[in-house]
Amino acid sequence: MAGLELLSDQGYRVDGRRAGELRKIQARMGVFAQADGSAYIEQGNTKALAVVYGPHEIRGSRARALPDRALVNCQYSSATFSTGERKRRPHGDRKSCEMGLQLRQTFEAAILTQLHPRSQIDIYVQVLQADGGTYAACVNAATLAVLDAGIPMRDFVCACSAGFVDGTALADLSHVEEAAGGPQLALALLPASGQIALLEMDARLHEDHLEQVLEAAAQAAQDVHILLDRVVRQHVREASILLGD
Amino acid sequence: MLKSKTFLKKTRAGGVMKIVREHYLRDDIGCGAAGCTACCGAHEGPALEPQPQDPASSLCPQPHYLLPDTNVLLHQIDVLEDPAIRNVIVLQTVLQEVRNRSAPVYKRIRDVANNQEKHFYTFTNEHHRETYVEQEQGENANDRNDRAIRVAAKWYNEHLKKMSADNQLQVIFITNDRKNKEKAVEEGIPAFTCEEYVKSLTANPELIDRLACLSEEGNEIESGKIIFSEHLPLSKLQQGIKSGTYLQGTFRASRENYLEATVWIHGDSEENKEIILQGLKHLNRAIHEDIVAVELLPKSQWVAPSSVVLHDEGQNEDDVEKEEEREQMSRRHLFTPADKRIPRIRIETRQASTLEGRRIIVAIDGWPRNSRYPNGHFVKNLGDVGEKETETEVLLLEHDVPHQPFSQAVLSFLPKMPWGITEKDMKNREDLRHLCICSVDPPGCTDIDDALHCRELENGNLEVGVHIADVSHFIRPGNALDQESARRGTTVYLCEKRIDMVPELLSSNLCSLKCDVDRLAFSCIWEMNHSAEILKTKFTKSVINSKASLTYAEAQLRIDSANMRDDITTSLRGLNKLAKILKKKRIEKGALTLSSPEVRFHMDSETHDPIDLQTKELRETNSMVEEFMLLANISVAKKIHEEFSEHALLRKHPAPPPSNYEILVKAARSRNLEIKTDTAKSLAESLDQAESPTFPYLNTLLRILATRCMMQAVYFCSGMDNDFHHYGLASPIYTHFTSPIRRYADVIVHRLLAVAIGADCTYPELTDKHKLADICKNLNYRHKMAQYAQRASVAFHTQLFFKSKGRVSEEAYILFVRKNAIVVLIPKYGLEGTVFFEEKDKPNPRLIYDDEIPSLKIEDTVFHVFDKVKVKIMLDSSNLQHQKIRMSLVEPQIPGISISPDDISNMNLNGPEKKKMKLEK
Repeated sequence: MAGLELLSDQGYRVDGRRAGELRKIQARMGVFAQADGSAYIEQGNTKALAVVYGPHEIRGSRARALPDRALVNCQYSSATFSTGERKRRPHGDRKSCEMGLQLRQTFEAAILTQLHPRSQIDIYVQVLQADGGTYAACVNAATLAVLDAGIPMRDFVCACSAGFVDGTALADLSHVEEAAGGPQLALALLPASGQIALLEMDARLHEDHLEQVLEAAAQAAQDVHILLDRVVRQHVREASILLGD
Repeated sequence: MLKSKTFLKKTRAGGVMKIVREHYLRDDIGCGAAGCTACCGAHEGPALEPQPQDPASSLCPQPHYLLPDTNVLLHQIDVLEDPAIRNVIVLQTVLQEVRNRSAPVYKRIRDVANNQEKHFYTFTNEHHRETYVEQEQGENANDRNDRAIRVAAKWYNEHLKKMSADNQLQVIFITNDRKNKEKAVEEGIPAFTCEEYVKSLTANPELIDRLACLSEEGNEIESGKIIFSEHLPLSKLQQGIKSGTYLQGTFRASRENYLEATVWIHGDSEENKEIILQGLKHLNRAIHEDIVAVELLPKSQWVAPSSVVLHDEGQNEDDVEKEEEREQMSRRHLFTPADKRIPRIRIETRQASTLEGRRIIVAIDGWPRNSRYPNGHFVKNLGDVGEKETETEVLLLEHDVPHQPFSQAVLSFLPKMPWGITEKDMKNREDLRHLCICSVDPPGCTDIDDALHCRELENGNLEVGVHIADVSHFIRPGNALDQESARRGTTVYLCEKRIDMVPELLSSNLCSLKCDVDRLAFSCIWEMNHSAEILKTKFTKSVINSKASLTYAEAQLRIDSANMRDDITTSLRGLNKLAKILKKKRIEKGALTLSSPEVRFHMDSETHDPIDLQTKELRETNSMVEEFMLLANISVAKKIHEEFSEHALLRKHPAPPPSNYEILVKAARSRNLEIKTDTAKSLAESLDQAESPTFPYLNTLLRILATRCMMQAVYFCSGMDNDFHHYGLASPIYTHFTSPIRRYADVIVHRLLAVAIGADCTYPELTDKHKLADICKNLNYRHKMAQYAQRASVAFHTQLFFKSKGRVSEEAYILFVRKNAIVVLIPKYGLEGTVFFEEKDKPNPRLIYDDEIPSLKIEDTVFHVFDKVKVKIMLDSSNLQHQKIRMSLVEPQIPGISISPDDISNMNLNGPEKKKMKLEK
């Protein structure tokens, strides 16, 4: 049997999207009252929950405190039921450490950490269901949660993945497309300035194609921004109604 | 844009797993009809015509589109490919099913769909909001797909009505499934079977012949006798293969015996064994090159190859009966393929009288269990049997050699004439026009790949340069020209014709290193001392100006002549001296010098008929050029492997398994000679020593036999393999660099080398080892096929030659001994043939075959391998399909077997009565 055809001659992907189209995005802010900020996002079948605490005093060893800016602490975990096969994922395995580190780098670039010296901001992200593009979903959820917590940022951070099949760049890969083994690129963008907060790629991709893929990912991230912006405005509107203004 | 989503749940083998996938339904997918206002989507690519002017169908006179289902597409692709059939809607459901079931048909349908003239449109119905169908409870996948197709057909009809009120356009559903058709008619969709529709096309009666005849169930039961057992279902086979009860392999029918075949088992080298199948029942309808599963018989029933030459005469009694029955129906005929390994095929045609004595193409549709032969249908008429053009066409088709003229798209990438070297070309290039470079090639050669030079340096060392045509300068990666040459893979040299890999402008002009013109080259320059040790190697792109294009003979004359002292001659002498040292070194390392009889035809310049045959002569200069080409190839191989350890394109020649040498060792032993085969070196040495003072040709014969024992050399990608050794050349690494005009592998190697020395930039496909491995696979296939095509062409011309020559008696040597025949080689013509000793209408002689010594005793005469005999050669044209060279024994004389040199009375060769050798086991 032939392998899966990721992009048909007519330009449709396995799930019916065209090359540059995103999956359906739904998001909510302020899902937990206990935390300082929280958000939930669905990108297609990928679902992630982000919670933010802080800025608060450094917990644990005081030596970790930074004199000139806040410490951003990120933790990533994924639920045992997030994939088709139920699998225990202990805390602190290689993958989640790496993801935590990447999230930290992303948000250190976006949060105005110098406003809160000697303090700490905790971002916890959990993936409830994984269907490709977990990093992107985590970043987008965390952005909303940080906004919900009222922590000042330079800009939104919007992330999206992109792949490359038969000379065409595909935006927002699903699990099926990721599993096919082609190159995939994850991009976190500060959309207003177009600055890149994080760029990561697995597998090999010829440099001639890089620009094309990067462009597709950036465009997709811009599209994500429009959607997230709408969610934030909606949330603020609802909150202001509740406050009775 | 995104309308709604649903979830599909699937389970996969190996543990039930729930897989959730998104499935987006859209409402922006167009119907494909040009000018349809309802779905304003701009259609890309070929679309359906607004008012199809189809060949009038008596069933549905109004304009219509066709909508075939999966089985129609799979089986009637020949009909759909016909230019008369246009405006077809291919549903995504159908296309996906075809893709899963048959890759070749899928490729063909894609090609058709990309052809603007055909107006095929692929409708993505699975993602269309109104045509998506969900699988219902209790409905299997097939039924669901059938329903999806009907829903789409219905949608189309309603949609087209919306286009405008007075629209007569219809979509006609084509299916061969009776139930499906009934259901469609119930739902109000006009539906026909493929046969009904094609028969209704009164303007195109020839299409009916191309319909695949599918065995109908009713038919099968009625004609009682079942010859073959049923094939096992796929699931059972897969189970069996997994558990090891069945072995999977490639089926290879024997050329010599239609009742015998071998199966090459796939898998690791340890298990890489050959299994022999005997008898029609055991072959069970497999056809040459099929992938089959076999089960081993108990050891007690194991057999050895029968060593009998047996051709299918076909007509055992009940078959004849059937034939007669068929005669009355008068449309059924038996088709005999040109390749003996493929069984005869039943076809149904109305043009029998015009097709008789023609070469035609036929496709096999199926092989019912009660039929001795498979069923097929007529596809294309090539021309008269025996015509040179037709026969050439046949052998090109047979060997899958792409030989159509280059398309406009390809030609558009050629440089514009007049062409000259510009400043830009000189970037990264060395100017070597001052060097005294010359080329040495066979006479009449127009695609000159290589040129050489040699000069003494001031420090007393020698500088030797090999300059290869810079084809990669003209063929840029990825364009149509590149793709076409990659597909062709190699230039094919037939006796009277050359099938070029690149268009003629490049092959015979701009790339060809002709004398006295400036040409771009890729040079490999060594500094050597006088004992031919390489001190320095340099690769560079260059511009050269060849001073002379010599033939081997001319070059030889210059070297040998006493009074020529010019630059070219000194250069040649220097090269020749070094080449001799290089060759000696190479042979010391264990390189083999093998032999195969090669012939060259002298052609009549007007009729292009062969008038004389000549075996190729070898001169010192041949080996001189060869030596430097080998050296260049090895140097380049080292360089590119150094630079690209993962994706260098190299060539290897695996050592043959010891069992391959058995024939050679046995044959030599019969002459009291010993051939050692443990290493290449010992083989080379023992071949050198195997001389017989009374029999000078023996050594050549042994070398010919040794050649037959060898494995095929193949291209491979260095990242995909770890054995690089070239057995025949005794080199640890080897590649092809020196003939980029006629081999695509060399073009890739040129590109790799250019990147390695920084003269050119890389491109994505070059550094992708899987793509490279695919290229290698294609190249190996094309090279093998080109070789076969060349042999077939020689064989055909030999026939033509003997046709004009009549009967001749020649001396021959026995190469192999079989149970009932001997295979002989005639050195004069380089011709190999089989002499049979059993004839249908004569009493069988007493034959005693000995496998150990290889010998055959006939009456009182014993034949050994390498025995000298005299045979008579003639052309047997009693069978139109297979004209063949026939040989019969003249000397030694055996009463009743051999014929006297001028006896022709018992050979009624051109008679109407078929007389062939019928053999019983």
